[in-house]
Amino acid sequence: MGSLLFRRLLLTLPTLLGASLIVFTMVKLAPGDPISVLMPADAGQAEIEAVKQSLGLDRPLPVQYLKWLERILHGDLGRSIATRRPVVADLGDALRNSLALALASSALALIPGLLLGMLAAFKRGGPIDKVVSAVAITGVSIPHYWAGILLVIVFSVQLGWLPAMGGPADPGVIPYLRHMVLPAVALALIPLGVITRVVRSAVLDILAQEFVLTLRVKGLHAGAIVRHVLKNASPQILTVMGLQFGFQLGGSVLVETVFSWPGTGYLLNIAIFQRDMPLLQGIILVLSTMFVLLNLAVDVLQGMIDPRIVRS
Amino acid sequence: MLSVSSSETAPAVRPSHVTRVAGPPSYWRLVGRRLARDPVTLAAGALLGAVALSAIFAPLLAPYDPTTGSIRLRLASIGAPGHPLGTDEQGRDMLSRLLFGGRMTLLAALTPIVVACVFGSALGIVAGYLGGVLNAVIMRVSDVLYAFPAILLAIAISGALGPGLGNTLISLSVVFLPRIIRVAEAVTVQTKSLEFVSAARAGGAGPWPIVRYHLLPNVLAPILVFTSTQVSLSIILAAGLSFLGLGVTPPAAEWGLMLNTLRQSIYVNAWVPALPGLAIFVVSMVFNLLSDGLRDAMELRT
Repeated sequence: MGSLLFRRLLLTLPTLLGASLIVFTMVKLAPGDPISVLMPADAGQAEIEAVKQSLGLDRPLPVQYLKWLERILHGDLGRSIATRRPVVADLGDALRNSLALALASSALALIPGLLLGMLAAFKRGGPIDKVVSAVAITGVSIPHYWAGILLVIVFSVQLGWLPAMGGPADPGVIPYLRHMVLPAVALALIPLGVITRVVRSAVLDILAQEFVLTLRVKGLHAGAIVRHVLKNASPQILTVMGLQFGFQLGGSVLVETVFSWPGTGYLLNIAIFQRDMPLLQGIILVLSTMFVLLNLAVDVLQGMIDPRIVRS
Repeated sequence: MLSVSSSETAPAVRPSHVTRVAGPPSYWRLVGRRLARDPVTLAAGALLGAVALSAIFAPLLAPYDPTTGSIRLRLASIGAPGHPLGTDEQGRDMLSRLLFGGRMTLLAALTPIVVACVFGSALGIVAGYLGGVLNAVIMRVSDVLYAFPAILLAIAISGALGPGLGNTLISLSVVFLPRIIRVAEAVTVQTKSLEFVSAARAGGAGPWPIVRYHLLPNVLAPILVFTSTQVSLSIILAAGLSFLGLGVTPPAAEWGLMLNTLRQSIYVNAWVPALPGLAIFVVSMVFNLLSDGLRDAMELRT
């Protein structure tokens, strides 16, 4: 097991390096001179050069990249241009809120997705299967930001049951959860559709195999058969869960914007419109790193569940 | 041994789809027949046709100019006289704006898919067929791009480059390119190892005839089906970028942008602001239904 973890970790390093290179390049390709944001409009050429030198912006790009990477590895993501606060500090709070939202919406997507997918597969071709398939395709097709707005229209504007936007102003668990309900539901719809579809097709694949027939012939009761099928389908289900959690973590920008939920997506939106490049870089770097590590965790878990994957 | 001119023999040994034996009725005719028996896919196709026509002929169909409105007629409800779908926050006719908006959304969503499909298939097939260093380079770069969640990558690139239709097209192309490369490479490697390819090579066929007559017919179908599954995501992302203010710029009509500017008006008129989102949802759903139908008819699993 240790060697699997080690090998996968080794494969992950180049990906993480590549991702950091892309994040670095992205900001370098951005239009606009980073210096002009910092300097007063009437600054002379000599002053501009001096600032450039002090920030290391006069060095060749590869050197700038390595310096930047070195600072990141020391946990320093630079300072936000707008707030002058360290990016790490801004990111910490936002990340907590985003993780809470992603976890809640994952639960909302995974549990019904698993149940619906299995139900549809076991009742293949029947009316339940048709209804579940319709629900699933609606889920995967729905623009989640629109779903968020619809939820606000119905539950905040019309019924007045839940708050429409903002983070929890008052401390306490209940207000926090009340603010989280609508964004979590909006964010759960696409993953719910995707998970339902993948579970259904994975379970159908397993059901078509001969060992299931053997189990049935042996006279095993339905619950035990479900357990066998679920265990065999779990690597595929894990993969899709990992990808969808990444979607909920990284893709929550739109939903967080709709609900002004104070997470990484909301922060990213602010960074983009204030052209706060260090903040933008920091958020994307941290989120993509989390996504890569998440996929690593899924890989390793798969290997633990199904040793055949390790051998191949 | 005399090598036989491949241009003469290759079409004769050209295989049909992997799971189907060649011979009448042809594979594509069978696909067509299966599609014709699938009412859901047919209905989705018809709906897509209607949307496409209304987008193309928007200037003829729209009753009003999409960018000028009357302040006196702000946020008219659905069914208001003269404005069947109401008006927006600047008093512009919603029906006209939805018709014109469809053009922009479809343009912004479909162009990157076409670009990514063409270049992604080419790169993936080359990587899969040639292998070696070239494969390593292409696939590692794809892996790195794939390390970002799709929405995050799109927003990051658009955010760095700034708003505008051009930048939306660039960022979405970058999002879909690695996905299609990965699928194209995988099916090419898989097909390359099948016996008829070895047979063709043993028969003296050069690399181009092998790719053209043995690989392409077998890898294009799965690549196209995979690409079709991505269209709905592209629509949600393209409209999503404008929703964030990173796509098409005002006063142009675009569904995501309309949804964003109308969002503040839900307290005045709840349902008119929901319309652009409904349009995005319907088109995205139509593409998903078509893609499902196509996959079933082609008997492919992706």
